[in-house]
Amino acid sequence: MTAGIDLGHPQAQAIRSDEDVVRVRQLVRAVAVAVKLSLVDQTKVVTAASELARNTLVYGGGGAVEVTIVDNGRRKGVRIVFADSGPGIPDLDLALTDGYTTGGGLGLGLSGARRLVDEFGIETSAATGTRITVTKWSR
Amino acid sequence: MERVPILKIGDILLVSIQLDMSDQTAVQLQEDLAERIVATGCHGVIIDITALDIVDSFVGRMLSTIASISRVLDAETVVAGMRPAVAITLVELGLSLNGIRTALNVERGMELIAAARADELDHQLDDDPDVETATP
Ligand SMILES: Nc1ncnc2c1ncn2[C@@H]1O[C@H](COP(=O)(O)OP(=O)(O)OP(=O)(O)O)[C@@H](O)[C@H]1O
Ligand SMILES: [Mg+2]
Repeated sequence: MTAGIDLGHPQAQAIRSDEDVVRVRQLVRAVAVAVKLSLVDQTKVVTAASELARNTLVYGGGGAVEVTIVDNGRRKGVRIVFADSGPGIPDLDLALTDGYTTGGGLGLGLSGARRLVDEFGIETSAATGTRITVTKWSR
Repeated sequence: MERVPILKIGDILLVSIQLDMSDQTAVQLQEDLAERIVATGCHGVIIDITALDIVDSFVGRMLSTIASISRVLDAETVVAGMRPAVAITLVELGLSLNGIRTALNVERGMELIAAARADELDHQLDDDPDVETATP
């Protein structure tokens, strides 16, 4: 148990403002601590979550995040799903290239977040928006 | 929106970031610092990030921007106290804190600024036209 969060269930957090992006970071940190990720891995997964939550807000027009503890029998981990019903990402390869941005950023959020986690999946389309799932496992 | 306080210590502005900043707070800090540099005429800025448990691309960009703005306003910026896990993560994220001076802690940061300042004053003296050769 961390700060009143019931970690037995998936934790949901809306992403509608930049204050919500702060809340996503705090939620992911609490779960990362609970599954005993190392300090470096906690830092990596919280940083990745911060990047993806900001993209959900800025490009997806807002959305929601769900954080779950996963267990594959040998290790525990944190799984985070970011979902929005925005315009989708037309060219994924391009969007995942370091330095590519349509918003005047550094273009490191998506590609960097992928490097910081163990598993990274994207489903995206103009009809359904963007859904990104990442997992970080304890070592 | 919360605001990050800026302290003036002698010729240096010290910003110790103690909260998980929203993007808006980070942008506000950038503006507040530029104003304070001009208002005080300080020649050094230390941003203490000892308490920050992550630096993402947004905050990284803010640090670079502050360093650039300070330079234009004739002040030196040092980022102090970055945690090892943050440094490791920044590198993997792909963020190179271009043009940013770093120091292990605030005290070292102050020494760095004093040294940089002394250097600069030396150069300014060197650049002064030599009176003897300048006389026609
Ligand atoms: N959820 C999303 N919906 C639609 N487009 C997206 C989404 N996330 C990312 N993108 C697109 O992918 C591009 C790259 O994203 P990335 O996070 O790497 O860079 P950025 O946000 O532009 O800059 P940075 O994150 O470095 O500040 C964005 O500029 C945007 O065009
Ligand atoms: Mg981004």
